[in-house]
Amino acid sequence: MSLSKLTTYQLAELYQKNTLTQKDLLADLSSAIQSKDRDKRQIRAYVNFDSMQPRHRKADKGSKLWGVPVAVKDNICVEGEETTCGSKILKGFISPYNATVIEKLLNAGAIIYGRTNQDEFAFGSSCETSCYGPTRNPRDPQRVPGGSSGGSAACVADHTAIASLGSDTGGSIRQPASFCGVVGMKPTYGRVSRYGLIAFASSLDQIGPITKDVKDNALLLQAIAGYDPKDSTSANLPVPDYLNFLGKDIKGMKVGIPKEYIQSGLNADVKNSLDHAVKILESLGAKSQQISLPHTSHAVNVYYIVAPSEASSNLARFDGVRFGFRDKSAPSLLEMYENTRGQGFGAEVKRRIILGTYSLSSGYYDAYYLKAMKVRTKIKNDFDEAFKKVDVILTPTTPSAAFRLGEKTTNPLEMYLSDIFTISANLAGIPAISLPGGLAPDTQLPLGLQLLGRPFEEGQLYQIAYAFEQATDFHKKLGNVS
Amino acid sequence: MLTTIGLEVHVQLNSKTKIFCGCEIKFGSPPNSQTCPVCLGLPGVLPVLNRQVFDLGLRAVLALNGTVSKKIKFDRKNYYYPDLPKGYQISQFDCPLGQGGFIELDLGKKIRLNRAHLEEDAGKLLHDQSPDMSLVDLNRAGTPLLEIVSEPDLESSDEAYEYLSHLKAILKAVGVSECDMEKGHLRCDANVSVRKNAGDTLGKRVEIKNLNSFKAVKAAIEFEVKRQSEAMEKGEKLVQETRLWDDARQKTFTMRSKEEAHDYRYFPEPDLVPFFVTPEEIEKERRALAAIVFPKEKKERLMNEFKLSEYEARLISADEEISDLFEKLVKIYKPAKTIVMWITGEVFAYRASSDEFKLYGLSKLKPEFLVQLFKLVDEGALSFQVAKEKVFPEVMKGEDPTVVMKEKGLQQVSDDGALTQWIIEIIQDNPKVVGDFKSGKETAAMFLVGQVMKKSQGKANPGKVKDLLLVKLKEV
Repeated sequence: MSLSKLTTYQLAELYQKNTLTQKDLLADLSSAIQSKDRDKRQIRAYVNFDSMQPRHRKADKGSKLWGVPVAVKDNICVEGEETTCGSKILKGFISPYNATVIEKLLNAGAIIYGRTNQDEFAFGSSCETSCYGPTRNPRDPQRVPGGSSGGSAACVADHTAIASLGSDTGGSIRQPASFCGVVGMKPTYGRVSRYGLIAFASSLDQIGPITKDVKDNALLLQAIAGYDPKDSTSANLPVPDYLNFLGKDIKGMKVGIPKEYIQSGLNADVKNSLDHAVKILESLGAKSQQISLPHTSHAVNVYYIVAPSEASSNLARFDGVRFGFRDKSAPSLLEMYENTRGQGFGAEVKRRIILGTYSLSSGYYDAYYLKAMKVRTKIKNDFDEAFKKVDVILTPTTPSAAFRLGEKTTNPLEMYLSDIFTISANLAGIPAISLPGGLAPDTQLPLGLQLLGRPFEEGQLYQIAYAFEQATDFHKKLGNVS
Repeated sequence: MLTTIGLEVHVQLNSKTKIFCGCEIKFGSPPNSQTCPVCLGLPGVLPVLNRQVFDLGLRAVLALNGTVSKKIKFDRKNYYYPDLPKGYQISQFDCPLGQGGFIELDLGKKIRLNRAHLEEDAGKLLHDQSPDMSLVDLNRAGTPLLEIVSEPDLESSDEAYEYLSHLKAILKAVGVSECDMEKGHLRCDANVSVRKNAGDTLGKRVEIKNLNSFKAVKAAIEFEVKRQSEAMEKGEKLVQETRLWDDARQKTFTMRSKEEAHDYRYFPEPDLVPFFVTPEEIEKERRALAAIVFPKEKKERLMNEFKLSEYEARLISADEEISDLFEKLVKIYKPAKTIVMWITGEVFAYRASSDEFKLYGLSKLKPEFLVQLFKLVDEGALSFQVAKEKVFPEVMKGEDPTVVMKEKGLQQVSDDGALTQWIIEIIQDNPKVVGDFKSGKETAAMFLVGQVMKKSQGKANPGKVKDLLLVKLKEV
């Protein structure tokens, strides 16, 4: 069996038994990538296919992720490596520093191996807007892997990576995990340091792991979570041992199903997989009840004010002055700015910068940004209220299985709506995990389930997700683990 | 015409490191040597507020009689310029660190303050390093600033000048800024408008930028008041605009009109979490301030205790280093007026122009040697002129004036024989001036005294020269 099909804990066992060396593993992984990433399916999960270099540092063999290769989304800075966010404007930018998550992984003995494709600056839900071209879904190469962390989900699903890191601003970890049939966690805002993550929307962004199963996900989050003095928004709270939650009984756990998510019009396959999940959880002793998150219908609207507003400011530093692409022929400063940004950014990035700049403009700020922030508070309050009644909330991750390439690129609004179930967790800052919840009967495409929890209770999400995974074996049916 | 002026002053807080990263703040370092990924605005970096900057800001607000906001929050001010690495400046918009406060002028008029807020400085563009390129130096980017905005309570350029002097003195005294204008520690923009009568609504506000000294502030306000008044007299329409001061031509000129003004698109900085100031933190700074004697109190004490004039007392009290020197000297030398004369004349001149001062400040000076110099003059051992020109600079370097005087042979000459010899020579060399004196032009004698002093290289006792000269002239 190919070593690249293993999980991190399976690798650890082999290392412990001295039946595996890092060198053999990397050779195997490298040949898996070389033979699969650019075969006739053209998955293209990696952006540095031709120049992949393993990066690691000396660590104790007992370190938690010793010898585990982790693929990293192209918006997380790795020292000495080109980091481009899938954008032409950052071509040539070699990061002089490591993101905190990279430091943590290296210190835990992990190997940083491979940069994964994404929508440009993480603006997208299909991984089609990268300057490197689209990534395709290994489950069906005619379909998108989801986005923006499409490369990070595709490489794990395709067994060209053991595990990966993505980032999630409105669903960018969970939606691709759902489309590709793998496990993706968006931690609580502040659980994982954002230092070194090239910002999209600072108040929403979180880095999280994408893995083949729940246990691997818990192991990876364990390694990257925790307070970072370099990130003022990171939480100074202890990180529990997530493995302790795995295998714990879920008897009596209260699961809420928000009625606003299952209104008429929900795709029948998606609805069936949700109903099936409720039955499974109840058979394990959990109790389900319908709840209400009354401001749900405003989430997408709020998100498309708040996220582009912050993005319009965050992306101002890409001005051609200090790094990356610059139009060298421009005769004046203003034209240098205009040409650099005009040629360096893709259409979706420009659309969102314009949207955000407009929302923050004098005379419009109160009507858009300020109002959106008020509604955001109401959305958060909805969750606070709900979590007084239930322990976790269960929803579909996406309104449908993976769609076809090009299907939504001409209609941005339709594209934005594919994140309708994931956006609220970012607005509320709560943790949310997506895991395989079934297969669409006609297409055999994976359908994701989303579990949302109280702030900093990722452990409880792992507990219930693990119980569900063990009871269903969808992850095995999908070939994630054998 | 009535003038209305408001000042916006940017003060560099003297923290060890920058406001949002750990880079040291050093003036005059090679370009871009005091930088890191954070202050360079590289992709992915995040700001972390420097605690010391916050404390200094807090102390400044309290020292200026302001109220500290309960909630501390930062905002982004968005605009593009190559010296602004992130494309936005982290500043404070609707929740400034300090609100209100005032500065009291000499005659008791209180100039109200509107607000004081923390922000980061930008870098610098260098246009003189290459014929076809402008270069960026980001050493200054991220240096902490406190912007102090006054209400439009100032009514003349003199009041503005006095306001700035007081502001500088207070901030120096409480140790929040060195206020060195040469190093850009204190920068000022002035808002100026005129109107005919007190009942009229305020005139169109003109903001003047690029004011690099207190003198420039004063001159620019005077120019602007004149320009606006003349325009108003002629019935011309004034517009709200931003003008730049040209120090070489002593003129302001239009930079941008209201229509061209930036829309800074302020919004809360999501990378910094708002926090609340505790009463304990405020109390801590209040206690630190209680131990500091403010320039105003110091000034009043100098006037009462040493009978200095208000003007002298203000000059001495405005600067801690100077007032410390005065206190040390006055303990060992009684005539306070003599000390003031030496300080405001010689020490100030030395401070303004000497290269030694730039390197060492007043650190080498031994107060007892300065007093010894005063005494040598009092006793007639040194002429004032020689003491000032030849011995004083050595004393500032820490030298003993008696030793300097002896080694260089600078003792005052009061000996009749030597003086008479010089006088005879001068009388012989200047027959025409002597003739003028004889025909009744008494000032001619002063010229001859000057010539004798010159001949003696300043060493002759001028009183005795005058007496002996008058005797000799009668003999001619």
